[in-house]
Amino acid sequence: MRVFYHFGKYFLLIKRAFGKPEKFSVYVGRIFEEMNILGVGSLGIVAIISVFMGAVITIQSAFNFESPLIPLYAVGVAVRDSMILEFSPAIVSLILAGKVGSSIASEIGTMRVTEQIDALEIMGINSAGYLVFPKIIASILFNPILVIFSMFLGIFGGYIFGLMSGVVTDYEYIYGITYEFRPYNVVYALIKSAVFAFIIASVPAYHGYYTSGGALEVGRSSTKGVVYSSVLILAFDLILTQLLLA
Amino acid sequence: MIEVNNISKSFHGRPILKDIRFTFETGKTNIIIGESGSGKTTLLKCMVGLNEIDQGQILYDGRSFFDLDFKGKKAIRKEIGMLFQGGALFDSKTVEENVVFPLSMFTDMSEDEKRDRANFCLQRVNLNNANKLFPSELSGGMKKRVAIARAIAVQPKYLFCDEPNSGLDPKTSIVIDNLIKEITQEYNITTIVITHDMNSVIEIGDNIMFIYKGEKWWEGNKHEILRTNNKEICDFVYATEFMKDLKEKFQ
Repeated sequence: MRVFYHFGKYFLLIKRAFGKPEKFSVYVGRIFEEMNILGVGSLGIVAIISVFMGAVITIQSAFNFESPLIPLYAVGVAVRDSMILEFSPAIVSLILAGKVGSSIASEIGTMRVTEQIDALEIMGINSAGYLVFPKIIASILFNPILVIFSMFLGIFGGYIFGLMSGVVTDYEYIYGITYEFRPYNVVYALIKSAVFAFIIASVPAYHGYYTSGGALEVGRSSTKGVVYSSVLILAFDLILTQLLLA
Repeated sequence: MIEVNNISKSFHGRPILKDIRFTFETGKTNIIIGESGSGKTTLLKCMVGLNEIDQGQILYDGRSFFDLDFKGKKAIRKEIGMLFQGGALFDSKTVEENVVFPLSMFTDMSEDEKRDRANFCLQRVNLNNANKLFPSELSGGMKKRVAIARAIAVQPKYLFCDEPNSGLDPKTSIVIDNLIKEITQEYNITTIVITHDMNSVIEIGDNIMFIYKGEKWWEGNKHEILRTNNKEICDFVYATEFMKDLKEKFQ
């Protein structure tokens, strides 16, 4: 029954967050601010992870495609499809759930325990709207950009490390990544990334918003936010794959 | 003027406030005192709508807060300035941005007008050259002064102060007390101060309400509180040797 309690409370928070803003221009400013903090601030980690993921997939694929019946350009196909279909949208979102999610939960949680949220409420400001809405919108707008960035870097990382280690040639890799390319796969990945972005921003925000107590509880909220958003990302990954690809 | 009519509030079946009735007058510093856990902060939170009440009425110049719709409550909240115990300044904003914040949300002032107003308010609380500092760079007293500046930026009709002197040295406490008193009289606002500090009570208390175990135990002014023989108040007011000595001298 506790699940339903949290479920209801979460949706009530989201409803409040999407309520009419007090001043639209302030909210637009907040969205850009959050895009900078949550999105631009994550470019570095996404770049590093993507390049290494691409490189590892290339080397592992080449190692497993030893049979002379499998053409070597299959390495390029494997890297492209792995990055576009799963690694960039899902793994990057899981990493962001850790980085961005913990930051959102601890920021809002700290604001709660230091009465900053009460101060907003007393001023007559919809605190859920002011704090949570810009984070959700910024995340939904910027996460697909991060995912596209990750796709390019992953495929590029595979190319560089593939050539450096000599497991694949320049021609075969490029032929592989263009072989029977389906643009719908990118659309599928972007839909997933937008849904994951909503989860990454809203679930930790919920845990942070309803923090009560002190520093210990802020830490707990942060952990809960990351764990629940990660589990939900995996669950929705399965649901969306079934809906969009099956 | 704020009228509190027969307010009761309980948490998980445990009564915290029992039938409290009091009138907080405009242009005066109204003080709520009582032991820790007596229900002072709960009363304050009920008055500003952070806690729902079980029964009773809170009237802001005749407008019953809990009978109003969302818009009505919001309108009253815009007339409230609040000084929290810890200041509740926004960590990510500078001093100036903290003071400008309510103006940005509720007025159509230009950037220059907002900056001028913020500077005026900061000067009013004797904080010069602190505009670009962040709350983490301020002392406890400075945080309280910024919080007061933020509270008065939108020219509130009601000012609530939750233990404004907690964690401050006696000298800074007097500065904050005097500031609250001056602002109350200058802007003719209804000020409600929760405090444990008897110096504050004597210094600025126009009307005083003593809460004991969730009930309004006593009300009066700063002269009456020193003369009363009520046991619970005497235990509270003359808890320290210094105050006991003072009472003997006074008598």
